Amino acid sequence: MTTGVGSTEPEKSGGADLRGAGAGSWEPVIGLEIHVQLKTETKMFCRCRNGFGGEPNSQTCPVCLAFPGALPVPNRRAIEETIKLGLALDCTIAERAVFHRKNYFYPDNPKAYQISQYDEPLCARGHLDVPTEHGVTRIGITRAHLEEDAAKNVHVAASGRIHGATATLVDFNRCGTPLVEIVTEPDIHDAETAKRFLQLLRQTVVELELSDAELEHGSMRFDVNVSVRPAGSDELRTRTELKNMNSFSFAAKGIEREIARQIRIYEDGGVVEQETLHFDPAHEESPPLRSKEEAQDYRYFPEPDLVPVEPGKDLVDRLRATLQVLPGARITRIAETLSFYDADVLVTGGLDRLWTSLVDAGADPKEAANVLANQFVAAGIDPGTVDAGELAKLVSARAEIPRAAFDEALAKVGERGFSADPYLEQKVVADTAELDPIIQRIIDANPAQAEQYRSGKEGLLGFFVGRVMKETGGSADPRVVNERVRALL
Amino acid sequence: MTVDTLRLSAEEANGLLTRREASSDEIYRAYLDAIGERDPELHAFLYVCENDPGEGIPIAVKDVIGTRGIPTTAGSKILESYIPVYDSTVIANCRERGLRVIGKTNTDEFAMGSSTENSAFGPSHNPWDPSRVPGGSGGGSAAAVSAGLAPWALGSDTGGSIKQPAALCGHVGLRPTYGTVSRYGVVAFASSLDQVGPVARNVRDCAFLYSVISGRDENDSTTVDVPAVELPTAEDLKGLRIGVPKEMNGAAGIEGGVTAAVQSALELAESLGASVEECSLPRSVDYGVACYYLVAPAEASANLARYDGVRYGLRDDGADFREMVMKTRDAGLGDEPKRRIMIGAYALSAGYYDAYYGTAQKVRTVIKREHDALFERFDVLVSPTSPTVAFPIGAKIDDPVAMYMNDVLTIPSCMAGLPGLNIPCGLSEGLPVGLQLIGPQFGENTIFRAAHALEQAIGFDVVPERLR
Repeated sequence: MTTGVGSTEPEKSGGADLRGAGAGSWEPVIGLEIHVQLKTETKMFCRCRNGFGGEPNSQTCPVCLAFPGALPVPNRRAIEETIKLGLALDCTIAERAVFHRKNYFYPDNPKAYQISQYDEPLCARGHLDVPTEHGVTRIGITRAHLEEDAAKNVHVAASGRIHGATATLVDFNRCGTPLVEIVTEPDIHDAETAKRFLQLLRQTVVELELSDAELEHGSMRFDVNVSVRPAGSDELRTRTELKNMNSFSFAAKGIEREIARQIRIYEDGGVVEQETLHFDPAHEESPPLRSKEEAQDYRYFPEPDLVPVEPGKDLVDRLRATLQVLPGARITRIAETLSFYDADVLVTGGLDRLWTSLVDAGADPKEAANVLANQFVAAGIDPGTVDAGELAKLVSARAEIPRAAFDEALAKVGERGFSADPYLEQKVVADTAELDPIIQRIIDANPAQAEQYRSGKEGLLGFFVGRVMKETGGSADPRVVNERVRALL
Repeated sequence: MTVDTLRLSAEEANGLLTRREASSDEIYRAYLDAIGERDPELHAFLYVCENDPGEGIPIAVKDVIGTRGIPTTAGSKILESYIPVYDSTVIANCRERGLRVIGKTNTDEFAMGSSTENSAFGPSHNPWDPSRVPGGSGGGSAAAVSAGLAPWALGSDTGGSIKQPAALCGHVGLRPTYGTVSRYGVVAFASSLDQVGPVARNVRDCAFLYSVISGRDENDSTTVDVPAVELPTAEDLKGLRIGVPKEMNGAAGIEGGVTAAVQSALELAESLGASVEECSLPRSVDYGVACYYLVAPAEASANLARYDGVRYGLRDDGADFREMVMKTRDAGLGDEPKRRIMIGAYALSAGYYDAYYGTAQKVRTVIKREHDALFERFDVLVSPTSPTVAFPIGAKIDDPVAMYMNDVLTIPSCMAGLPGLNIPCGLSEGLPVGLQLIGPQFGENTIFRAAHALEQAIGFDVVPERLR
C-alpha cells in the first residue's frame, strides 16, 4: 500500500491555527533530514546480502561484524545510485568525496564508528522543486551523502523500551547496509509543504529505483527540525528535533503541534530548549527523548581504510543520461489539466503514468483520476499490471453499470487477459416501474422507521436506500432510488 | 640430514626441499625442536603450531596478523580467547606458496611499543643478550628469526616495528611502501601507517617474501599494483646516489658506536661505487615523532573501540552495556593502549581537532614533500635505524617519552609512506647496529639492490655470538 494516497481532497489541518490570537506574527522554520536505504544487492562495505528479513544474523561477515583486521570495500553501485539521486536533486557532484569515521559506542554499531561522510559529501547544494497549489516552492538540499546503516537492537523487556529492559539482542543483518542521508536547508515554513516534500522525495527515490522507501520497514526514515521566529525576521532560533515519525501525515501533525508549542512558549515569555522529541501519535504531547546537553562529540576524522571517491565526468554524465522526467515536473504538468491535489495524488501515488494512458484511451481525465485515487488504490492493484484500454472502458461506463459490477470488475483489472466487456453489459436499473414496487414493499415492511422519517428523522433515508440497493443486488441506480424513496415515503 | 636452523636462510631451507634433501615435515620439526630448545629463554612465541598444513618451509607470524583457526591475540588480554574465522590476505598469500605457519610471535600490545615489554603476556628477550629487549613491537618475530626459530617471519610496522627490532637483533627487515601489502585481516593499530612486511636473515629472503605478500588486494582499498620484485644479485653500488640526512645521523641521543658502524658502512658504500652526500630533513626529524604520536593514537582510538566484549574476546559482565564495555576494556587493555586511546580521543575532540589531528595531518604532508624533494637527487637515504643498540629490559618502561624516542629515526619515512629496510652493519659493545635504507615510493627494488651489495660487503654474521 502506497503511503499518502487515498483522497483527492486536501487534508484538514488538525493542528494549531496559526492565524489565531496574534500568532500570525510567527514564522515556522523547518528543515528535514531523511535517510533512505538503498536496495543494492550487497551491503555498503562488504559482500553480504542487503535484504529485509532473513534469520537474525544470517547476513553477516567479518567486515560487518567488525572482526579484528576486517576492512571496508565500498560498494560501487551504492556510490553510483547516490550520485544519481544527487543529480535528480540538482546537486553538485563532488569531484572528490571523502568517507569519515563517526565515533560512538552503542551495541548496534560494532566498530564503534560509523563510516559516514562529513565535510566532503558526494552531493551538495541542490534543490527539489515542490509543486503546491500556489505554485512551485523550491527547497534547498544542503547535502546528500552515503553512509552505512546500524544493526537492529532488540531490547528484551515487556515495555519494548530501553528502560526496564533486562537484555539487548543485536541483529546485524541490517548492519552495514547502504544508507543515503539527505539534509534540506531550513527553507520550509509550514507542515503541509514539509509533507509534500517528503512525499515527492519518496516518489523520486522509488522511481529512480534506488530504494523501496517504505516507512513501515524503515527503508525511509526522517527527522524534522522545527523552530519559529517572528515573521519577517531572518534569525534562526533554538530548534527542536522530532524523531520516529512513521507516516507523512503524522509528521505534518507533529510539526503543527510543535510549532504551536513553541509559539505558546514564546508568547508566555519562555525559552525553547534544544531537545529531541519522540513523536507519539497516541498522545497529545511529544515527550522529550534526550536533551542536547548530552550530545556526543563524534570525533569525525577521515576514514584511513578508504581512499577518496573521485567520480569522473564520464560516470556523472552517464548517470545523468539515465534520468527521466521527475515527479515534481510531472505534477506541475498534470496540474494544468486537473486540480493540483489530483495531480499531486496521482504522481506521489505512482499512478500518473496509468492515468495518462487512461486519458489517451479516451477516459475523462477527472473521472480517471477519481477512480485511480479512490477505488483503484483501495483495491491494492499494481498499476504496472493493468491494461489501460480495458480500465478506460470501465471508467467511462462507471455511471451506466451497477456499482457492484464496477467494483467486481475493478478488483480484477490487474489480472492477465482481463476484459471489461462482460461487466459493461450489465445495466443499471433506473426504471421507476421496476423499482417502485420494491421500494414500497420495503417501506411497508418497516413501518416504525417510516414513521420516524416522516416525523423528521431524515437520516433514515439512507436506511431505506441501503435496503433497496441490497434487494436489487446493487444494480439499482442510487440516484433514482434516492429520489423514489423520498417520494414514496 | 640435520637441518641447521641457526644458520639456514629461507632460500637455503627451500633448496633442501627442492633437492629432496629434507622433507617439509623434517624441516618443520627441526624448527619446532629449535623453539623447544631456545624459546623458553627468549619467549619469542605466544603460540606454537603443532603441524600447520602445507608443503613448503615454515614461517613465523607476528600475532597481530590474523590466522584462521590459530589464536591471534595482538599481545592483548582482550583478545586472549580470540580465534579468527578467516586468514589475513598475507597469510592466504603465504599458504598459496606452501608456507606453513609455525607459530605466532610476541608483540607489544596492539603493536604499541618498542621493546615487547607492553605485551600482556610478558616480554621477549634479545638472542644476543637475553637481559636486553629485542626491540618492538615486532620483537617476537625478530628474536625468532635471529635465534633460528624460524627461517623468516612476518612483521607489521606502524612507526618502526619491523625495522627497529631487526636493528636490535641484527638481521634484515623491510617496511614496504604504504599500499603495497594488504592489511586485510591484520589487527589494526593506525590504519594510515600500518604495513605488513618481511623479517629475514638476508636481503634476498626479504625481497622474496616481499614478492609473496605484496600486490593489490580487493579486500584492502588502499592497496595498489606493485612493480615486479627483482631478487638482488648485484655486488657493487655503481651509480647509486646515497643521501645522508644530517639530522638523522648527528641527532642527540645516537650512541657513538652506532654512528661509527654506520659511518664505516657508508665508507664501504663509497668504495663500492656509490656517491655519498650529506642532505637535510629538518622538519621531518624535528616534528616526526610529535606528529606520529597524534596521528597514530587518533586512529588507534577508533580502531580499538571495537573491542567491547559483545562479539568476541574478553567480556567482563556489567549491569548494562555501558558498564560491560567499561569493565571489559578496563580489564582487557593494558596501560599503553589506554594511554594512546586517551591521547587519540583528545586529539580528535571538538575544539582540539584543528590544533592537534588537523595540524598533524598538515605536518605529515610537509614531511612527505621534504622526502620527495630529496628523492629527486638521491636513490636512497641512509641513517642508523635505532639511535641505540638493544637496551636492558626495564630500562625505559617507566618513561614513555624515552621509549617513544627510540623511533625518532624510523618514524619520518613511515609518516611519508616510504619503504625502509634495516640491514645489520656491525657491532657496538657486542650488540648489533642497524643501518636504515629509505627509498622513494615503490622503490623497494632499488633498496634491495643497494642493501644486498652492502650486505655482501659488510659480511655481518647474523647468528648471535652466544649461540654460535
